[in-house]
Amino acid sequence: MRPLITALGLIAAWEALVWLTGLPPYILPPPSRVAVVLVQRFDLLVEQAAWTASEMLLGLALGLVLGATLAVIFAASAAWRRWALPLVIVSQAIPVIAIAPLLVLWLGYGMASKVAMAALVIFFPVVSSLYDGLRRTDPGWLELARTMNAPPRAVLLQIRLPAALPAFASGVRIAAAVAPIGAVIGEWVGASAGLGFLMTQSLARGQTPLAFAALTILCLLGLALYTAADRFARRLVPWQSHQGD
Amino acid sequence: MRSAHIVLDGHVVAENLSLDFAGGRTTCLLGRSGVGKTSLLRHLAGLLPGTEAAGPVAYMAQRDLLLPWLSVLENVLLGYRLRRDGAARRAAEPRARALLAEVGLGARLQDLPHTLSGGMRQRAALARTLCEDRGIVLMDEPFGHLDAVTRLDLQDLAARLLQGRTVVMVTHDPLEALRLGHEIRVLSGMPFSVGPVIAPPGAVPRDPSDATLLALQARLIGELRSGA
Repeated sequence: MRPLITALGLIAAWEALVWLTGLPPYILPPPSRVAVVLVQRFDLLVEQAAWTASEMLLGLALGLVLGATLAVIFAASAAWRRWALPLVIVSQAIPVIAIAPLLVLWLGYGMASKVAMAALVIFFPVVSSLYDGLRRTDPGWLELARTMNAPPRAVLLQIRLPAALPAFASGVRIAAAVAPIGAVIGEWVGASAGLGFLMTQSLARGQTPLAFAALTILCLLGLALYTAADRFARRLVPWQSHQGD
Repeated sequence: MRSAHIVLDGHVVAENLSLDFAGGRTTCLLGRSGVGKTSLLRHLAGLLPGTEAAGPVAYMAQRDLLLPWLSVLENVLLGYRLRRDGAARRAAEPRARALLAEVGLGARLQDLPHTLSGGMRQRAALARTLCEDRGIVLMDEPFGHLDAVTRLDLQDLAARLLQGRTVVMVTHDPLEALRLGHEIRVLSGMPFSVGPVIAPPGAVPRDPSDATLLALQARLIGELRSGA
């Protein structure tokens, strides 16, 4: 409840600022104007939001699957760890924004380049969180499994993987939080649809209130995605809130 | 065990150690904290680097080590699950259920471990250890962190269920050794040496208020103190 009051207070302050300074709406539109545009152009906004949401969800799915697979491979194989793990870490030194134009060049203005972008941003937190979790299995469990003559594969799948789920759950939360960044950057660089595309288009035409309306929808989209991911992450580890007692 | 050298983090814990354990009986290895009891047990379990288990062993550590995502029943059947032997698992399930009923968890088969109390969790771990049905049972202070009354209850239960098995249990509690051990051996020194066999009279679990037992306890405490 309290954050909501804070938010309402900030919106009121914003409205007052515009009213007092007399800033033109193409520089800073008052929230009331943004709300009007939000209602008037609702169909357009929903259409573009659906596009961006698809990019984010596909990117999230792709990034999660690729990241989780690679983390398991790294945990299972010392050769992969030696040959490929340093590369994965170094790849994070390349700013995603810098390769966005390349992705658009290779994959086109459509959805594919944005999905690839989102997947790239998501990939690293997923790999590192799950791989970390897979390495930090309680040694007691591993020793117990050894006295039970468990084969390494069973130890990985039955003990190390479930034990890493809490770490993976944090990775999923971070992934959901950064997924919109990937999708929107892709749309800024070159796109034919989406909320990011709508923002660049409307700003270029001086339709700042529409850009703000798109931004508002984008915030809500990000929030919804994070909430959904958080729910999913909680369901992965029903025992976790009770751990450590 | 023959001519064993036990080294832990560069320190020699025991040198040229040979020990015989009576088959079908419980041997308690008694020693102060840090003497190397756990290392000895881990040596027997084949858990120290460069060691092999003496044979098929069931190992019960100080912590219950229940997997939090598996039900109590699945935890008890963990060994069969890990070995991926479906037939053996199906064959063992009635025994797992019977064992859990014996340790008083018959109504909690499908519950997750975090819903159980500390004593219940340790009882589930005991059931898991016995369900493995191995020739040798190794126990590392299995009741060390339980409250005194729960510990006594669990000792009674363990003595009943471990009957006829070859058990090596390490403990720092003289009373626990005296209640459960057919044979007791005191570990002392650095590197440690193992004292002669002490075989208290009477069947296990022995009554903790028995006068002979209390006299022996005083003697053991004396030995532990002087040996340090």
